[in-house]
Amino acid sequence: MSFYDETLSSLHTKIKNKEVTITELTEQSFKRIKETDDKIHAFLTLDEERALAKARELDEQEADNLFFGIPAGIKDNIVTKGLRTTCGSQLLDNFEPVHDATVMNRLNEKNVVTVGKLNMDEFAMGSSNENSGYVTARNPWNTDHVPGGSSGGSAAAVAAGQVPFTLGSDTGGSIRQPASFCGVVGLKPTYGRVSRFGLVAFASSLDQIGPITRTVEDNAYVLQQIAGHDQLDSTSANMEVADYTSALNQDISGLRIAVPKEYLGEGVDEGVKARIQEALAKLEELGASWEEVSLPNSKYAVAAYYLLASSEASANLARFDGVRYGVRKEGEDLLDLYKKSRSEGFGDEVKRRIMLGTFALSSGYYDAYYKKAQKVRTLIREDFEHVLNSFDVILGPTVPTTAFKVGENSNDPLTMYLKDILTIPVNLAGNPAISVPCGFSDGLPVGLQLIAKPFEERTLYKVAHAYERATEHTKVKPEL
Amino acid sequence: MSKITKEQVEHVADLARLSFTETEIEDFTNQMSKVIDYAEVLNELDTENVEPTTHVMDVRNVLREDNVKPSLQREEALKNAPKQKDGQFEVPSVLD
Repeated sequence: MSFYDETLSSLHTKIKNKEVTITELTEQSFKRIKETDDKIHAFLTLDEERALAKARELDEQEADNLFFGIPAGIKDNIVTKGLRTTCGSQLLDNFEPVHDATVMNRLNEKNVVTVGKLNMDEFAMGSSNENSGYVTARNPWNTDHVPGGSSGGSAAAVAAGQVPFTLGSDTGGSIRQPASFCGVVGLKPTYGRVSRFGLVAFASSLDQIGPITRTVEDNAYVLQQIAGHDQLDSTSANMEVADYTSALNQDISGLRIAVPKEYLGEGVDEGVKARIQEALAKLEELGASWEEVSLPNSKYAVAAYYLLASSEASANLARFDGVRYGVRKEGEDLLDLYKKSRSEGFGDEVKRRIMLGTFALSSGYYDAYYKKAQKVRTLIREDFEHVLNSFDVILGPTVPTTAFKVGENSNDPLTMYLKDILTIPVNLAGNPAISVPCGFSDGLPVGLQLIAKPFEERTLYKVAHAYERATEHTKVKPEL
Repeated sequence: MSKITKEQVEHVADLARLSFTETEIEDFTNQMSKVIDYAEVLNELDTENVEPTTHVMDVRNVLREDNVKPSLQREEALKNAPKQKDGQFEVPSVLD
């Protein structure tokens, strides 16, 4: 059996009909991880013993829901009780959380089997996985290339058929960009739709947890399970969760699509453009119409984002001081202990962003940089609001290119930042967005990005599922 | 255009509780200058009458009843502490 040929519902049917035991399913996951992970490096920590013990326990019970006994991988910035959680950082090499994140509680109550924790750029800062404090995860379609980031391990694990689904987190594209690079489906929910309790904070006003899956249908199932209000996250939305699965198998005739000219302009690879235009033609065939629009402030998004996200990060990461958790380096006095622990524990990109953020928040610069960026954020939000008043979805590529080679961009932080130009604006605005596979360019996957109004994940699933049914892109698998 | 100086970088490093070697300070000075120069693009926009967005959701004070609920036991809270003593986090003396 291979996870490539299964969905959550087909696995559930097999479990219910006793065609496969949960122990076999869990063993299959570890077998596939062992076969492929010396090339992919998707996982940082495996929890084999406990996972198999849980599987054996579950085999004695009735499979009462879709997630019962399904193996899953979790991004390593989501805390898991008793299971090492490093955030991809050497600083947290020995950190063993004493509680579960809310999303983990939601999965555990349905008896999901967590197989391990997934590789990522340190503290989710990066777009290539090259900032992992451990090892760079690789793209299953071509292991010379990056899987994307920061949820690179989460996307690579699904693309490599190691697990049926994973959770990632998205602050500036960290679910959608690796999903695009690895040819899988990744959704960033509306800000506030999924509880952030237990997600180690990077930029609190931008971070969201979301699912990475092989199919749109599975993605909707996972979001359904993890979405909802949480008293432990005061920024989680206190509103009813929509029925996402009822958005599947719907007709999209009459759908109005906006195509921002900025999303198919300069800097977008020809191969990527061609795939997006084909996708657009396909959606037209299915009854949708489209018009070119403008999101004029898009070009300011990267600058605003790096100021805001780094500022929030500099405050959030102040907690890593060598006193309460993490690696400690003794110093002459307390200040020296802080400085040594942080300087030795954090990697270069994390330090770069803490420095930028501290600078932007420092006295004399706050108004010029931080506050200015917050004002520009307002203009970017208004761009989206304006377009989505007249359209159902905004469509474009997820990333301007396909997965680049390991090492190709790592020496120039600014060039790397600019590659996130199509995902970052969505986090600033707070809207939901999905990346779905839409074909290949030079042998590497291309992702189609759809963006909807806040809390309209249903619309994304409706369109993405219609597109998926009309194409074969999610059926292709990498040779590993 | 604001050029970041080495002294500024040293000051910011101190605020951020980070220490760097001479070479690292130079690298950061260059890299931060580049990013800050790039951020100047925001000044093309007139934002005088624009309200800043601190948060995309319209959430105000989120309140709950002040009820006692189970919380972490001390032992658990200290579990990840690199150094502890008498049920507390241990740090170097801060008073002479």
